[in-house]
Amino acid sequence: MNVPEPLRYAESHEWISLDGEIGTVGITDHAQNELTDIVYVDPPKIGATLVAGQPAAVVESVKAASDIYSPVDGVVLEVNEALSNDPALVNTSPYEQGWLFKVKLSTPSQVDALKDAAAYRSQIGS
Amino acid sequence: MSILPRRTCLYDAQIAAGARFIDFGGWDMPVQFTSIIDEHQTVRSAVGVFDISHMGEIFVSGPGALTWLQKVLSNDLRKCPVGSSQYTFLLNENGGVIDDLIVYRLAENHYLLLVNAAKIDEDRAWLMAHKADDVDLDDRSESMGGLAIQGPGSAEVFTRLFDLPLPTRNTCMVLSFADSDIIAAGTGYTGESGFELFFPANVATALWSAVLSAGAKPCGLGARDTLRLEMCYPLNGSDLSPARTPLEAGLGIFVSFDKGDFIGREALRAQKNRGLEVRLCALKMAEKSPPPRAHYPVIHGDAVVGETTSGVLSPSLNEGIALAYLPTPLSQPRQKLYLDIRGRKFAAEVVNKPFYRPSSAQN
Repeated sequence: MNVPEPLRYAESHEWISLDGEIGTVGITDHAQNELTDIVYVDPPKIGATLVAGQPAAVVESVKAASDIYSPVDGVVLEVNEALSNDPALVNTSPYEQGWLFKVKLSTPSQVDALKDAAAYRSQIGS
Repeated sequence: MSILPRRTCLYDAQIAAGARFIDFGGWDMPVQFTSIIDEHQTVRSAVGVFDISHMGEIFVSGPGALTWLQKVLSNDLRKCPVGSSQYTFLLNENGGVIDDLIVYRLAENHYLLLVNAAKIDEDRAWLMAHKADDVDLDDRSESMGGLAIQGPGSAEVFTRLFDLPLPTRNTCMVLSFADSDIIAAGTGYTGESGFELFFPANVATALWSAVLSAGAKPCGLGARDTLRLEMCYPLNGSDLSPARTPLEAGLGIFVSFDKGDFIGREALRAQKNRGLEVRLCALKMAEKSPPPRAHYPVIHGDAVVGETTSGVLSPSLNEGIALAYLPTPLSQPRQKLYLDIRGRKFAAEVVNKPFYRPSSAQN
């Protein structure tokens, strides 16, 4: 499984990349592979307040709907509109075109508490 | 009783074929091999094979078999000659569905009842409790396996395996494979042409390999569910239950009122005379929405008028489809309704059954 080095990871299989106080969030390659065939993404509302560890979005495969948890506290700035027409981008490009939402972090240092690539690799046994 | 999930005789073979497993009614069953959507399309356009060894095989024989089955099942077995099969119901006294099953008439007084995995014990207990003296029951579910080969390419697979033409729809026969008698039938749960095989567990792995070599691609229960739902074939435990009757489910053609008495007949006749209060309807989403799933509320005006019993994004149509029991006045095609999905309302519409008509079809 692909686990890119510069990203940070939540135990619940979301990734975040940080640019200043703006974070981009998606689900990991491992997560998309487990979920399989993603057919619908329910993004958060722009302006919504997110709490670390709380549901922020729903990703649906043919078989099941899965909550996606925000890895950080913050406010939703943007959602990935491309997923509305092509939710399978989460499968084919989980770290690039398949990102889910951008969040303005209330406490950017929260990211330091998340797993680095090595720790996440060890969690998923990859 | 063991709390560990049960495994079919094809568990190891399916691990080797890359299956991912889920719990299905106490069984470790493959949900998919590559992708539910791929496997679905394989069955609609080529040929796929499903392990159905979890299903139950109960044999009925003896001089009184026909007379007795006419009393415990809803359909009329006089319309099922030797070498054919029939979809039917095991009903309780209230006309509610204990199980839906297929009866294969193998000989004059020799029948195979193919029942749902989760209902084997309950069905057998019910049958034993109502058994006539001149009937023998033999539950061989533990020692038999089953495969369903489905799709437009299934005739070619059958001919490669047995050097015979594909059995026509709903016929059945006994064939030989690796020195064992196996049952082959023109039945299935996908709407495509195809066949099903029932066999002693000791030939399961060899038969599985032969079917794959003959060109069928392994498919899991995920695709089996999307395929059957596009056809509006009911799933017991979801769309059928002891609290629902075949009439409410729109399956009255598998209930014969003129064959004489059977368990549930009086209740069904009374329900028919009263008029049905609810009907199982096919719903299609009328706007972009999350995929419908079971247990989503159905809304009309400000009222919840029912809930979905099954739902999925149809891989063939790329539209959300669902089944729901709805009050009769709201059950007509083109009726506008809403589904409540995570607190939001999405427009849906009652449509004619089935949702999809296969190219390699039958009936």
